[in-house]
Amino acid sequence: MIIADRKPLEEILEMIQGSKKILILGCKGCVTVCNVGGVKEVEVLAATLKIARKKEQNDLEIHQKTIERQCDPEYIDQVKDVVGQYDAVLSMACGVGPQFLSEAYPEQKFFPAVNTEFMGGAVTHGIWEERCAGCGTCVIHLFDGMCPIARCSKSLLHGPCGGSAAGKCEIDPDVVCIWDMIVKKKMAQGRLDDLLEIRPFKDWRTARDGGPRKSIREELT
Amino acid sequence: MRLSYPNNVKIIQVPCTGRVDIIHLLRAVEDGADGVYVAGCLEGECHFINGNIKTRKKVEYVKKVLEEIGMEPERVEMFNLSSAMGLRFAEIAREMTEKIRSLGPSPVKKNKAA
Amino acid sequence: MDALKSGSRLEKVLKAGHFAFTGECGPPKGANVSHLKEKLAHLKGVVDAVNITDNQTAVVRMSSLAASAIMVGENLEPNYQLVCRDRNRLAIMSDILGAYSLGIRNILCLSGDHQKFGNHPEAKNVYDIDSMQLIALVKKMRDEGVFPNGEEIDEPPRLFIGAACNPFADPFEYRVYRLANKIKAGADFIQTQCIYNMDKFREFMKMAVDMGLCEKCYILAGVTPMKSVRMAQYMAAQVPGMDVPEALINRLKAAGKGNYAKEGIKIALEQIEEFKEMEGVAGVHLMAIEWEHRVPEIAEQANVLPRPEV
Repeated sequence: MIIADRKPLEEILEMIQGSKKILILGCKGCVTVCNVGGVKEVEVLAATLKIARKKEQNDLEIHQKTIERQCDPEYIDQVKDVVGQYDAVLSMACGVGPQFLSEAYPEQKFFPAVNTEFMGGAVTHGIWEERCAGCGTCVIHLFDGMCPIARCSKSLLHGPCGGSAAGKCEIDPDVVCIWDMIVKKKMAQGRLDDLLEIRPFKDWRTARDGGPRKSIREELT
Repeated sequence: MRLSYPNNVKIIQVPCTGRVDIIHLLRAVEDGADGVYVAGCLEGECHFINGNIKTRKKVEYVKKVLEEIGMEPERVEMFNLSSAMGLRFAEIAREMTEKIRSLGPSPVKKNKAA
Repeated sequence: MDALKSGSRLEKVLKAGHFAFTGECGPPKGANVSHLKEKLAHLKGVVDAVNITDNQTAVVRMSSLAASAIMVGENLEPNYQLVCRDRNRLAIMSDILGAYSLGIRNILCLSGDHQKFGNHPEAKNVYDIDSMQLIALVKKMRDEGVFPNGEEIDEPPRLFIGAACNPFADPFEYRVYRLANKIKAGADFIQTQCIYNMDKFREFMKMAVDMGLCEKCYILAGVTPMKSVRMAQYMAAQVPGMDVPEALINRLKAAGKGNYAKEGIKIALEQIEEFKEMEGVAGVHLMAIEWEHRVPEIAEQANVLPRPEV
């Protein structure tokens, strides 16, 4: 799923500085699962912003709503009766949300309340880790189920680099050296030969480097 | 035991502090409470294993939020004591009341003079 | 052996079977050419080639290409370092061609330290290709005379291809295979990370020799003399992939205040003596960090002077 984190409150407060009436719009997709932009988090943000503004004797009216997804026009439609009446709408969805909303309702101002971080999963409750960089050409099978593009700090196709120490990456002792894991698994399973080939240059055209991407499935259009 | 504690402390009973959520603490602040504290069981003695430990993290979160918006984080606290520690309960109530008094009324209250 | 690949001095020295001795120099943190020339002057006639670092530890400095070219002008041979962190394949290829056209004949292919360590940690990194692929790229351009897309190169760059190897990074059992891979990719010579744990290095070299790697490639052992106990402790604790044994730190300490640098050089000299005899080691790469002026005396005491005429 897409992992996000709430923006610093100071930044959010600045976005809505001149606003008297706002809507906080949650999303029941990824951001609900990663506990950052669902019903509950919308409630917490609303209470927090109210406290902050009351403290300044500058009351703020906040409406709350959480829709199925903010990345599908049919759900975006569900807010058509309410948008327009707010000074600002804070979207708690990933970066797709405020954009789909802005496209659908050009007259309304939408602001992102979260920073969209990465594609990953929960390794334990409350901790998420990146697993996919969305490069557009999956190579996981070549590396025994581990992606060096997303998980090696240098996206090396021939690791580990000289900074790998005791299974950790040189950038941070809390970051696993994925190449250490790949090599150890290959060696343990007697498939070292897989690593002894020089891989061709990666074709980055399918990644963001090739420009904004689009996926078209004719059978569905 | 007929112990006395400050009557400005309004007690809300919950089955376990694990039931206390971030939103409950924030709402109390939002509604003008000068301070909020959670009195949980001693650590390691939760009937539901770790309800009190989880809630301590929630309390810490709320303290962080208050700090971020420029409010004294000390207005929200967590204490651990057992149901047999009546004296300690009264003591905490007094400590907390004194601390909040020294901080003054919550800036959230509309009428500061009150 | 076949004809020279690059005709660089370093290549000739190694091919003739001399024990190579290379140095290192970091370009200035600015455009101060006279300061660079001053540092280089210490190395003249003392080493076979000088590595010119490329934004080492991700700290911005004068480009290694420009510094290498200045060095060529000073009649010193550069070993031009090029990292994959800061440039994509287009920039890499044009820099390779540019380097060759400016008279540079040795290149050291590196991935580069992550920018997180540097003085602009906010930067976006590139890593379009990695060091292994960079080696293969230079080889392809040199030997096949083509770009990766198959287009012909109008005068291919004849460069002596170097690569780095850190026998002390983990997992240790794999390091020799990664070295083998770099040689397979096209490395003509290897310069290792600073060696302090001699036991481990002996073990590593034995594996390399047994695998026949030293017949396909020249391995230069990396030496960095310790200047102080603090430097040793810092390297031991703070530099990932650096193996500084406790015994070495204790030996420095035992030398007593005021004698640390002297003892550090003494240790380095002992290492160099051993490398001269060690099977598979073709030379020493002396990384005297910001200590260029001490290199002549170290070379003198190491009995590697005068450098051979080739």
